[in-house]
Amino acid sequence: MNDDSRSNSLREITPLSIDELADAVRSTPRLLAVGARTKPRLSNVAAEFEKISTRRISGIIEYDPSEFTFTALAGTRLDEIVSALAEKGQYLPFDPMLVEAGATLGGTVASGLSGPGRLRFGGIRDFILGVRFVDGAGRMLRMGGKVVKNAAGFDLPKFFVGSLGCFGVLGELTFKVFPRPTCTLTLQLSVSGIDDAARLLADASNKRWEPDALELLPDGQSVVLRLAGPESSLVEISREILREHSGESLTAVEAATLWRNLREFRWADLNGALIKVATTASQLPSLHEALKNEAAQMHVSAGGDVAYIASPDGAAIAAKLQELTLRGIMLRGTGPLWCGRHAKSDITHAVKNALDPDGRFPRIDP
Amino acid sequence: MSIRSLRRLASLLPCDRFLAEPQQLATYASDGLTAFHEQPLAIAIPETIEEVITLVRFCRDEELAFVARGSGTSLSGGSLPIAGGIVIALNRLNRILRLDPAQRIAVVEPGVINLQVTQAAAAFNLHYAPDPSSQSICTIGGNVAFNSGGAHCLKYGMTSNHVLGIKAVLASGELVEWGSASRENVGADWCGLFTGNEGLFGIALEITLQLLPRPECYHTVLAGYRTLEQAGDAVSAIIASGLLPGAMEIMDALALEAATAAVHAEYPPGCEAVLIVELEGPREVVATECQRLDAIIAASQPVQARPARDADERVAIWKGRKSAFSAVGRLSPDFIVQDGVVPRKRLGEALRRIGEMTRDAGLRCANVFHAGDGNLHPLILFDGRETGTLARAEALAGRILKMCVEMGGSLTGEHGIGMEKRDYLPEMFTADEIDCMQRVRAAFDPNGIANPGKMFPGGEAPALQQRGLHPLEKSGAISRE
Repeated sequence: MNDDSRSNSLREITPLSIDELADAVRSTPRLLAVGARTKPRLSNVAAEFEKISTRRISGIIEYDPSEFTFTALAGTRLDEIVSALAEKGQYLPFDPMLVEAGATLGGTVASGLSGPGRLRFGGIRDFILGVRFVDGAGRMLRMGGKVVKNAAGFDLPKFFVGSLGCFGVLGELTFKVFPRPTCTLTLQLSVSGIDDAARLLADASNKRWEPDALELLPDGQSVVLRLAGPESSLVEISREILREHSGESLTAVEAATLWRNLREFRWADLNGALIKVATTASQLPSLHEALKNEAAQMHVSAGGDVAYIASPDGAAIAAKLQELTLRGIMLRGTGPLWCGRHAKSDITHAVKNALDPDGRFPRIDP
Repeated sequence: MSIRSLRRLASLLPCDRFLAEPQQLATYASDGLTAFHEQPLAIAIPETIEEVITLVRFCRDEELAFVARGSGTSLSGGSLPIAGGIVIALNRLNRILRLDPAQRIAVVEPGVINLQVTQAAAAFNLHYAPDPSSQSICTIGGNVAFNSGGAHCLKYGMTSNHVLGIKAVLASGELVEWGSASRENVGADWCGLFTGNEGLFGIALEITLQLLPRPECYHTVLAGYRTLEQAGDAVSAIIASGLLPGAMEIMDALALEAATAAVHAEYPPGCEAVLIVELEGPREVVATECQRLDAIIAASQPVQARPARDADERVAIWKGRKSAFSAVGRLSPDFIVQDGVVPRKRLGEALRRIGEMTRDAGLRCANVFHAGDGNLHPLILFDGRETGTLARAEALAGRILKMCVEMGGSLTGEHGIGMEKRDYLPEMFTADEIDCMQRVRAAFDPNGIANPGKMFPGGEAPALQQRGLHPLEKSGAISRE
């Protein structure tokens, strides 16, 4: 175990194995697990919570392409997983974010972040199959399974998605994967404003084209639509789309740059606030209206089901979300962690108490 | 329970929606797992969510056990009544409250029938993807409680992958609302945790379901093989090719015999196994991918490969497949169905071992299974009138379950643990893991009143006796898978 870096503000305990992780949890009365800290607001909790980093507990420990599953340690970087899968012609259809930034698999689960590709087959919650985690009592437990279909026991793996380390420390994760489509094609369609954009997002999601991704760019002027499948069929489908909507298809290089910029949040100021908001396409006009006097930019992802808002003033955005009764979470910057409407309930505390009776992990409260 | 309390309970509903006569209770004594039966104290039939909340809070105050029940099609005994407890029958909460085609969601009450969601969505060219074989009768509330599957799980997932929001009354009496109309969530995934709770957490009152655009085009192929192994090899080749079919199903000889007798399905003669593969998507994509699929199947040496030429032929292929289970009922007075999962590459080995174990037990077993996701459905045939055969069949079922876990799979792919497999839970989870689940359960249900005795090992066993097929099964209205 390595804790030589405790002196600075990013001090953390860095266990080297899953057993060391369990030991570290047992010997630390207040702690939060962290990965690569690519979503720094999520680990900005009260100072009494020591940080245990999983980044040295890394590696894919089982991968059988014919089973459509892999198991990796929580600190495994997404880029390692993405390339191991690509070598075998497979991928994570939820399209993980911050891959080049160094995000880990465990941090991606705890933060509940999915990328543009969640449109077609679902988000990270739809691909997680099993977890090995340390509960608040310091017990190493397995929940879920390692096969693509399983209905035995409560679905704690799903529950951990988006749970921010408040219920347990993730050690190992099993995921379902899919064969990677042979080809993708990206169209950039112009829209005349937020109403037009919201309409296009809803319409295109319902079409026979089965888009793989559908995003409103931060410029607010264009919707990008990605198709995935055999090359010849994509060309034909794209012709039909371009007959109905004005726009153009991007070259492979242009498309790769565009998707990388979205995936890595390169459009957003690294020093400002970045907030993820659960939305629907029909809520976008009022959200847009509420933000018009703020110095804010918005990337709308997954056909309108999620918005990422960047702004120098996170607290102001959080207040707007509260007015709109939308729910968000701050990934970067300063301001409240939970933004907008978050109902309090007794069951939250009861389940927290069941999994973490001594309050070893931060409270889940908004 | 005191007479006074019982009277108070009866007064919560009009007398025609509170049943306590023995002949009325008998209807609810079994679910889809007919080997178990138990007489409840009473049946409460609420019509509104307020009535459900009142009933659950009454049960909480009186520490009275309750079982929420939809159409009673659980194959794991999940909706079996509790002795001395009540059944809350949710069939009259059967309204589709909202259908939003732009957002592609439906908000439904728990008693809505699975297939009715797709029927309502069809007007907007949408559908609800989870399709358990009992979909024409099973309810969404039951699907949520048991995280039901179907034939399309590899590509589309199970019920939990389609639940976006849940309003529920917990066994603690608390009313909660999780999720929303958005596919994205913020914070821990409570809908994910609730789905598959097997009725141990509380009762879902309103469920927001995601709908998907109906695929424009299908390519469905039925291929007959001389051996099960060849059919399995064809599945492996399809997986290796990078195609992602919507469904891949295999039926063995005994299942084929049953389907032929029951719905006059026609299969290539001399086949030990039939494989059904279905591609779906935009017409341009299917047109390209079907050529690849047909080439792979042709190379897998089928006795015959028969693509559906039109929608009617496709329906006929699926009718044979979905009727297979009730059809097996014609071959045998009684049967038990299991739904263990094995890693897909070990399907062949699993089927061989099931065959050996079945012969050793002196029984017959038909196999129909979801080949794409390794979800087995061995149907163990027996005659309950012969002394000792039910015990032999149960012992065989137990050996099959243990084999699935040993192979790195699961006790259940889509039926749940319920009453049937509760004693096998320790095969898959350690004592600490079961303790953790029990603590979670106690958070939702501190008094242990919601479907007690299910999922976890131990507890009083209800009466076990062979009662033949479920009446609905005999009529062909439902089937077990």
